Amino acid sequence: MKKVLTGNFAAAYGATAAKVNVISAYPITPQTTIVEILSEIVADGLLNADFIKVESEHSALAACIGAQAAGARTFTATSAQGLALMHELLHWATRGRLPIVLANVNRAMAPGWSIWADATDSVAQRDTGCMQIYCENNQEVFDSILMSYKIGEHTELLLPTIVNLDAFFLSHTSQIVDLYDQETIDRFLPSYNPEIKLDIENPRAFGGLTSPDYYYEFSYKIQLAHEKAKEIIEEVGKEFYRFFNREYHLSEPYRCDDADMILVDYGTIAGTAKDAVDRMRDKGIHVGVLKIRYLRPFPEEQVIDILKNAKKVGVIDRAISYGHEGPFFTEVKASLYGYRIPIYGFIAGLGGRDVSIVDIESMVDYMQGNKPANHIWIGLKK
Amino acid sequence: MVEIRFHGRGGQGAVKASDILAMAAFREGKEVQAFPFFGVERRGAPVTAFTRISQEEIRIHCYIYEPDVLIVLDPTLIGPIPLTDGLKPNGKIIINSERDSNSFIFPDTENPTIFTIDCSSIALKYGLGSKASPIVNTAILGAIAKVTGLVSIESIIEVIKERIPLYKEKNALAAQETYECMCV
Repeated sequence: MKKVLTGNFAAAYGATAAKVNVISAYPITPQTTIVEILSEIVADGLLNADFIKVESEHSALAACIGAQAAGARTFTATSAQGLALMHELLHWATRGRLPIVLANVNRAMAPGWSIWADATDSVAQRDTGCMQIYCENNQEVFDSILMSYKIGEHTELLLPTIVNLDAFFLSHTSQIVDLYDQETIDRFLPSYNPEIKLDIENPRAFGGLTSPDYYYEFSYKIQLAHEKAKEIIEEVGKEFYRFFNREYHLSEPYRCDDADMILVDYGTIAGTAKDAVDRMRDKGIHVGVLKIRYLRPFPEEQVIDILKNAKKVGVIDRAISYGHEGPFFTEVKASLYGYRIPIYGFIAGLGGRDVSIVDIESMVDYMQGNKPANHIWIGLKK
Repeated sequence: MVEIRFHGRGGQGAVKASDILAMAAFREGKEVQAFPFFGVERRGAPVTAFTRISQEEIRIHCYIYEPDVLIVLDPTLIGPIPLTDGLKPNGKIIINSERDSNSFIFPDTENPTIFTIDCSSIALKYGLGSKASPIVNTAILGAIAKVTGLVSIESIIEVIKERIPLYKEKNALAAQETYECMCV
């Protein structure tokens, strides 16, 4: 069944379709409607789940961690300062090997007080060990939530996932979303039944004191799980295609085969960049787009494979690591170590600044006429 | 792809109008996108909203800079807001006004067709909003259907009845009346 929905509705319906058992979340603009819709769905008895009301995002994720450890499938959602407040518990979710799914509406960190799109909030959670997806449209939000449970709950992974959607450009934008039928979704995503959980009949301890004799190996196993996740993400993507006829990968090239220049991007900018590429191709400029879906695990092999024959590469970051450069630019540049391809780092769209087709064309213009640089700011006011 | 930009004031329902137009086009099998200019809503403050309608998948996610159609829910915005910025040559402008369309001149536009209709009076006739601030969004949707032909009035009315929480019939009648009164 297709409906016209905002990204926040797509996220709430994704959690509903995944038949989560426990939801705990705290409202924050522009995520608020996710929490509102889910509380209504639970109150109306349309989803057999517990909605745990809490006083902060820290408690919201703590409640999910407890419930997930007891064997529940859980969901939470937040944004910006709320995600920052969850930071400590994101580590807990990963190291507890709890495949929680969290929808994060990418919003700029304050101050200046901003409710607008910026990925710096989630990029700052890069090293918590959570898998991270950046969505291009509302369909991808819905689909990514379904797939994230399937992927995270895989017995060889047991990892949480942050599904990111751009503030307003998705959260408050209405688009067509296919919600499929619930029976097919149930076949794709059966109920969650972990082998190891908190159980009063079979007591276990979790997260106890871990001496240097063991912590190192625990960490190694999380790294192995992330390596394995690259395979599982592709496998589940294929399975998703068989069920729902939509294709998803770690990263997705668009018109890259014969491209001289490739723009690497993520989130909603990827969609606008595809339209920009079509327009530039009509003018005879051979340019393509590589959309990165997963920041973690980072699809290094795919990035090398797609970019290695390009003459120039540009990376568009709606985020910044102050004192260095755009965070995705760092990843892409490191992946291309040894390839001697000129690579340009563009900073665009921070704090919700619109990134138009003309802005993207100006980046390609820059790449045609200038030497590479690590942080090129687009449309900066003097 | 057709791009429509709405200019109104907080409380007139511009955002809802952009959404209803998209949903009506979706009913007719089109690809659609609708969104507001992202800000903090205040009654009376200028509001911008956008609708895209296409036969093909809509991938773009930025504001509309070169609209095909402009919808002006409050004529007092003309002047203070450069609302005709980027209007495509031969574009259409629909204004909620009791004045004649010839009385509006937009020197920076290229050959636009201007349409006026008194949505405020029609909205008030059906008790939508107050005299100080009539809710004109459903009324202007009838005019949009007539002028642009992008969607049928039947689809507009079906979506109004589905999506407007109160006074569904009166809102539907307002849209129907502007559709019938609008001269094209």
